[in-house]
Amino acid sequence: MIIAEGKPIKEILAMIDDYDKIIVAGCKGCVTVCSAGGQKEVEILSSALRLARKAQGKALDIKEVTLERQCDTEYLEPMREYADQYQAILSLACGAGIQFVAEKFRKQPVLPGVNTQFIGVTEEQGVWTERCQSCGNCLLHQTGGICPVTRCSKSLFNGPCGGSKAGKCEIDPQIDCGWQLIYERLKELGLLAKLEVVLPIKDWSTSRDGGPRKRIREDLKI
Amino acid sequence: MENYEPTVVAFCCHFCAYTAADLAGTMRLQYPTNIRIVRIPCTGKVDVRFLLEAFEKGADGVYVAGCLEGDCHFLKGNFRAKKRVALAKRILEDAGIGGERLEMFNMSAAMGPRFAEVAREMTERIRKLGPSPIKRPKSTAHSAERKEHRV
Ligand code: SF4
Ligand code: SF4
Ligand code: FES
Repeated sequence: MIIAEGKPIKEILAMIDDYDKIIVAGCKGCVTVCSAGGQKEVEILSSALRLARKAQGKALDIKEVTLERQCDTEYLEPMREYADQYQAILSLACGAGIQFVAEKFRKQPVLPGVNTQFIGVTEEQGVWTERCQSCGNCLLHQTGGICPVTRCSKSLFNGPCGGSKAGKCEIDPQIDCGWQLIYERLKELGLLAKLEVVLPIKDWSTSRDGGPRKRIREDLKI
Repeated sequence: MENYEPTVVAFCCHFCAYTAADLAGTMRLQYPTNIRIVRIPCTGKVDVRFLLEAFEKGADGVYVAGCLEGDCHFLKGNFRAKKRVALAKRILEDAGIGGERLEMFNMSAAMGPRFAEVAREMTERIRKLGPSPIKRPKSTAHSAERKEHRV
């Protein structure tokens, strides 16, 4: 899923300073699971913003809503009923969701309530870590199911580099060396021979290289 | 301001602080009438939303009182509450309300005198801090109004 983190309250207060009627819109997708922008975070943030504004002597009227998803048109539609009555929409969805709201709702500014960080997993309750950088050409079958683009700090394809020490990365001793993980996993699987194959230079044209990406499935189009 | 009487909401665990409050009563101990007790099944039930809502509804101070550490009937409820109180304190600080208006205490059901002491301690702290900043803009008229409501 996409992992995000709530923006500091002070930053949000500065963003909404000119408004006294806003929508705080959460998303029931990824940001609910990573506790950054679900219904609960909408309620906590709204409460904090109302308190802060009352303390400043400038009341703030907030419509709290949490949509099924913000990255699909149909789930944004219900907001049409009341959106025009509000001066701004503060979205707690990921960057994709926030932009989609901004595209569909043209009459008021759409503001980010979270910082979108990475594609990752819930390692344990309250701990999320990065796993994929959406390079567009997955090679996990060659690396024991561990992504060298993401898990190796230098995104090496034939690692480890000379800085790997006791299984840790030279960039930060708190970070596991991605290539050590790959080595151990392949060893476990009895597939160490895979490491003898030199991976070719990666073709990054499937990644962020050529600008924003697009996927079309003609058979699904209506 | 001189007539200001703070409203302090206390979220009390049924198994300890709430029973301690009862005991304080039975022991005829004096504690400030400013305290409004909300009984909860365990402090693990406390959510950041409740704490903020209490302030939104006009509390000048809030505290959570749970079992002694290691004595929670649900094992970790009071540790969870401690972390949530810490988070809510940061939020209140950022919102300009002040994190020191919120606190967490631990006590056993047998600690009636401690319950009264905590009630006094919190009331004093909040009295010194003055009314919640959300009430301040209309302070003078407001405190007069409030006083009328109280009698
Ligand atoms: S808007 Fe973002 S957070 Fe919400 S479901 Fe879509 S991708 Fe996930
Ligand atoms: S190889 Fe590419 S697609 Fe596969 S996990 Fe890594 S970044 Fe993601
Ligand atoms: S039972 Fe008292 S704090 Fe959990």
